[in-house]
Amino acid sequence: MNRTLFLLPLMMLVILAGFFGWSLLSGRDPASIGSVMVGRAAPRLSAPSLREGEPALTEALLRTGKPVLVNFFASWCAPCLAEHPLFTRLKEREGATIIGIAWKDKPEATRAWLARLGDPFAKAGYDTDGKLALDWGLSGVPETYLIDGNGIVRLHFRGPITERDLSVILPLLRGGS
Amino acid sequence: MLILCLVTPALAVEPSEMLKDPALEARAREIGRALRCVVCQNQAIDDSSAEVAHDMRRAVRERLTAGDSDRQVMDFMVARYGDYVLLKPPFKAGTWLLWLGGPLVLLLAGGALLLAARKRRTIATAPAPPLSDEERARVAALLREPSQGR
Repeated sequence: MNRTLFLLPLMMLVILAGFFGWSLLSGRDPASIGSVMVGRAAPRLSAPSLREGEPALTEALLRTGKPVLVNFFASWCAPCLAEHPLFTRLKEREGATIIGIAWKDKPEATRAWLARLGDPFAKAGYDTDGKLALDWGLSGVPETYLIDGNGIVRLHFRGPITERDLSVILPLLRGGS
Repeated sequence: MLILCLVTPALAVEPSEMLKDPALEARAREIGRALRCVVCQNQAIDDSSAEVAHDMRRAVRERLTAGDSDRQVMDFMVARYGDYVLLKPPFKAGTWLLWLGGPLVLLLAGGALLLAARKRRTIATAPAPPLSDEERARVAALLREPSQGR
């Protein structure tokens, strides 16, 4: 009995080392806040259009039977700048429908930003006070949602999308609903 | 030191956000202290000056003004940000170890200590076995030996 007690510290070391090793290798991110949106019907969408003369954005845009990407961005946001070329590529090569919503940004500033970098968005709206974003469970910009043909949220990226994310985005975009 | 004690933690709630009705504002504060700002790891929305915390405080006040109960306001936030938004995690399948882990360790350690104490007591109260003949002889020899000076 007493002999085995001496093994206790060693056992604890093994358990701790196992946990730390697993944390390192599994890619687990304790800072990730996750998303409750995935698997649910897309939240409400109503936003004034960024383009003068165009009608406001509505829910109908998410229920077209085709998958759409919804991207929250801002002209003041550096990671948005970083992910911007990927959206241009998704639109040009994949024919993806991308809806852009400018978050807490002056519409003139957003328009100038898009004029400078190119506009990959099929429809673009703005949410100056962040009320729409709250219904989407947004924590900041950029964040991107993939909504399938049935209007269900399938992916939610917090932070800029990267080349690596395309491996999950593309099959869902191409596969339709 | 006294002055340091008088300093209250900074509150990020801006005067322009506050409700006119003090009762509603008090409820909003109560809720604001229990909701976690989603971009600052471990700060309540009332203590954070992040953009999203500001929006969440505003939403809390809008819901309260619309007549929601505290519970409904909490559910409103959980529906959007998940359990992460609660500074006090709910008791459910994924969190039972978190809630019961502490008491469990206390019980186990207490039980082990109790067992050990009982064992020690039985040893202490048992009469010591009498000395063998050999031991007696050795004690006698030691007592007879003259003490050696330095």
